[in-house]
Amino acid sequence: MTPAVESNPAAGDIPADGMPAAASAAAGRDTGDAFRAPLVLLLPALLGLAFLVLPPAALLLRTPWAQLPRRLTAPGVLDALWLSLVTATLATLLCLLLGVPLAWLLSRTRFPGRRLVRALVTVPLVLPPVVGGVALLLVFGRHGLLGGWLDARFGLTLPFTTSAVVLAEAFVAMPFLVISVSGALRAADRGLEEAAATLGAGRWTTFRRVTLPLVGPGVAAGAVLCWARALGEFGATITFAGNFPGRTQTMPLAVYLAMETDPQAAIVLSVLLLAVSVTILAVLREKWMTSP
Amino acid sequence: MSRRPVAAVLAGCLLLAIAACGADRRDPATAGTVTVLAAVSLTEVFTALGEGFEQSHPGRRVRLSFAGSAQLAGQIAAGAPADVFAAAGPESMQRVAGGRDAVVFARNQLVIAVPPGNPRGLRTLADLAVPDLKVAICAAQVPCGIAAEKALASAGVDLTPVTLDQNVRAALTKVRLGEVDAALVYRTDVRVAAGEVEAVEFAESAAAGNDYPIVVLPGAADPAAAAEFVAYVRSGAGREQLREAGFQLP
Repeated sequence: MTPAVESNPAAGDIPADGMPAAASAAAGRDTGDAFRAPLVLLLPALLGLAFLVLPPAALLLRTPWAQLPRRLTAPGVLDALWLSLVTATLATLLCLLLGVPLAWLLSRTRFPGRRLVRALVTVPLVLPPVVGGVALLLVFGRHGLLGGWLDARFGLTLPFTTSAVVLAEAFVAMPFLVISVSGALRAADRGLEEAAATLGAGRWTTFRRVTLPLVGPGVAAGAVLCWARALGEFGATITFAGNFPGRTQTMPLAVYLAMETDPQAAIVLSVLLLAVSVTILAVLREKWMTSP
Repeated sequence: MSRRPVAAVLAGCLLLAIAACGADRRDPATAGTVTVLAAVSLTEVFTALGEGFEQSHPGRRVRLSFAGSAQLAGQIAAGAPADVFAAAGPESMQRVAGGRDAVVFARNQLVIAVPPGNPRGLRTLADLAVPDLKVAICAAQVPCGIAAEKALASAGVDLTPVTLDQNVRAALTKVRLGEVDAALVYRTDVRVAAGEVEAVEFAESAAAGNDYPIVVLPGAADPAAAAEFVAYVRSGAGREQLREAGFQLP
């Protein structure tokens, strides 16, 4: 369910090369086995790999490299990229602010209906993002459940603003963070928290000084997943935030609209988004996810 | 040992199933079926025309798909299997192979769509430029956006909409939901949402009308059936339905 969490078990016993000691020893001993993988596993595995790698490769193969500098400096391209990076980062911060406490609540406290709440939290994962956008309009729209009140009370209307982009992205991305963090919390050693409590630390101090550092890698992994999901968000954004260059037109929206009139431009935008997100994820992985 | 064949058979079945639903082969079973890609503003009238065509042409079937004209043109260029393309403007039609042979079968005009009772009292295009008014128009890539730009330019109105929609119905929906105060949509769209929105006609709309072209695509599976559908749209019965829907006729 949460590969990013599983790839960072208790972060403590991962040496610098990113492979648990026992696993690397096993790999050294069994190198020959890799070539004796049963065909019935090897064949679908290679097919699966090709299926995942081929489309991005095609994007790179079809990129009009000669036009790249001119295309990238075309009006609106850098605006869309900047807007995407800013909104995805803000959405991730919002998710951290709300999602970490939520994950703690779901894995450290007992209350009636906890399983139901846990299931509800994952609803945005299975909801088509466009449906999410419609739902957000019904809550935060001018005639929405909260939107009408926000408008009357504070003169605040969210749809079609950059804030709406952040909200749409946070809505679809937060479950990734919550699942990641609550997985890490459940795997973490409760003994240390109990020890802190025995030594007189309150629940907030325990959370801040013991729990949070303990699940740090899980939080980081969740934040990275969350950011990547937010960066790619399309359906909820175009439904709830609309499409206006510089204000709500993020890269995925720009790619979609470019595809309708100028496929070459769409390819260039896609490659740019691919390059930026892969670079940032690689840097974050170096920094947080593999070091002890 | 006995599990391997089972797994292999399962995998084979899965691949076959994917291939079967993925590949739209032009087999004899689809002969007589006309696949029509049409602009989203034609949704209701073409659905009715499709039914009328099937009734008056026994053995013929019509499959309809609606989206923004620019999106459909992109799909056709990318090889989407289709027999007839009806666009909301000449720009999208020019992007498909064979688009030069298209004939104009209808004309449409922009109006200002407002909530019932026109609460903001909008009368002209210039009224839309009020700073706190939320307006949705179509993106410049799609026909209704091109028409809106022409109308605004000829009226000398500098408008900052809150959103540029990818098709005219997306703009209309925002008025229906009350999320915007006004949208520039086709007169025919307002008729579809009668009761939920009202139309405000404006002087410059005549200068910014759209011609709707239709064509039998070069890759049509059954060109004869496709041509029959196009002829039906342009026939007396077809024209009557288009007129009732609020289109002007060439």
